[in-house]
Amino acid sequence: MAGTTKVPQSTTATDRPPTGELEIVPVRNYARWIAAVASVLALVGLIGSLAKNDNLHWDVVGDYLFADLIFDGLATTLWLTAAAMLLGLALGTLIAVMRLSSSPVLYGLANAFVWVFRGTPLLVQIIFWGYAAALYKYVKIGVPFTDITFFQAETNSLLTPAIAALLALGLNEAAYASEIVRAGIQSVDPGQAEAAHSLGMRPALTMRRIVLPQAMRVIIPPMGNETINMLKMTALVSVISAHDLMSNIQDVYAQNYQVIPMLVVASLWYLALVTLLSVPQAWLERRYGRGTTRAGHVSPLRRLLGGTVERLGKNSKEQNR
Amino acid sequence: MSTPMVRAEGVRKHFGSLEVLKGIDLTVERGQVCCLLGPSGSGKSTFLRCINHLERVDGGRLTVDGELVGYRQQGDKLYELREREVADRRRDIGMVFQRFNLFPHMTAVENVMEAPVKVAGVSRADAREHAHALLDQVGLGDRGHHYPAELSGGQQQRVAIARALAMKPKLMLFDEPTSALDPELVGDVLDVMRQLAADGMTMVVVTHEIGFAREVGDTAVFMDEGVVVEAGDPRRVLVDPEQERTRAFLSKVL
Repeated sequence: MAGTTKVPQSTTATDRPPTGELEIVPVRNYARWIAAVASVLALVGLIGSLAKNDNLHWDVVGDYLFADLIFDGLATTLWLTAAAMLLGLALGTLIAVMRLSSSPVLYGLANAFVWVFRGTPLLVQIIFWGYAAALYKYVKIGVPFTDITFFQAETNSLLTPAIAALLALGLNEAAYASEIVRAGIQSVDPGQAEAAHSLGMRPALTMRRIVLPQAMRVIIPPMGNETINMLKMTALVSVISAHDLMSNIQDVYAQNYQVIPMLVVASLWYLALVTLLSVPQAWLERRYGRGTTRAGHVSPLRRLLGGTVERLGKNSKEQNR
Repeated sequence: MSTPMVRAEGVRKHFGSLEVLKGIDLTVERGQVCCLLGPSGSGKSTFLRCINHLERVDGGRLTVDGELVGYRQQGDKLYELREREVADRRRDIGMVFQRFNLFPHMTAVENVMEAPVKVAGVSRADAREHAHALLDQVGLGDRGHHYPAELSGGQQQRVAIARALAMKPKLMLFDEPTSALDPELVGDVLDVMRQLAADGMTMVVVTHEIGFAREVGDTAVFMDEGVVVEAGDPRRVLVDPEQERTRAFLSKVL
């Protein structure tokens, strides 16, 4: 060491030389640069070929992107997503509580529900609800084994394609949501409920004020995923013509045969909606992340813009140290 | 003559085939501090949890302020209480846990306010004022807006004490309140408990702090393997025990 580097007089030979006075040469990753350039070139090539491909018919995409028919379909897709998620979450929470119950009957019923609705394909369930009238022609509500009837209607008039779609998506979602909610409830330290009980809080109040708010932290990220999935799964209900976005897109290309451009229209809208959905998710995560040190500092806007801003933020924070 | 605050007669408890409490007899008079000591697994925490019915008593009689815990006696039958009735009786028994168990999604003040507002029906304004006074009392007047994760263990435990006091309990239960704390933080928590005892609060304390038991306790109870081995004046039990098991235990912890 001595002789090869110039050691300042104030330090002894055994001390490390202060880094500030010597130039630091970072490792140069040539392979990384080559890979980056190659993949950017490939991407540019792909986009270029798509843009120049006449079969894509960008004019058709433009014509239909903001068409009334598309907006009608979007509205159905949106309310169907929201309603099915609400139904799924409400029923799912109920089933989760049943599965945690000490009553073997409630536990068994909840298990059976999850078994059936998670164990059969969603597409089958959608078609099933769409054709439920073939199973029961009339819906009757009354006292069993008597002639007393409070309510009676034809199944077809009650179970419109939209309602059938809602039931199929909502019940299927409930099976998955119940597992997520159950995991969330079980993730809360039992000491929390004990502390609440020792303060004289009754079981229902403890669940509502202490356990569920903490379970939300675990529940929200997967439920966000479920919502995004749901938005896309609504496309399946086109098989029973529920007039969602995908149904209407299919109606159009059944007539003008412009399949690819219409699918581009659909994809653009689904992408846009999914992007928007990540904003409320981030907001909810911050809301229920209160009191935990990790959560609470990433704004929804930042989240929307994704990794780049976050990485910049992290760098600047590290520099501040 | 007034009824004792806690009276246990032959209290039994088992988890499956394991008998954890094998007939505990114990009396805690009003205004007294009773310290439960003993090796881990001796049943002292289980007994403490029986007092506010976090654990169900399987046999014997356990009363708090003259009322049976968890049961209602009619004739010669004991009827198990409904959960809401149990909850109502717990309102005036405060409990402090080894792991604090503060509600992490609420600030210190909100933790203290929760039960008075939601259980006792106190107005938010009154509850907030009382909560601030209680936090002052435990030396955390300036920490009210902090979340538990932003407080040290000792501070969290003092918030937990304030939270238990907010329901104006007639009895306070402490389950190894300083066992999860760094040594230098133990003193602050013990100071608060010392002050509480001086103010006349009836307390049952499961602890390994022999010094605290000797200084503050009115009775010391040494338990081992589900039975009370020795009980009495802590200055005798903890200094010159009669039983060999107590002596062996003390020689290990001191």
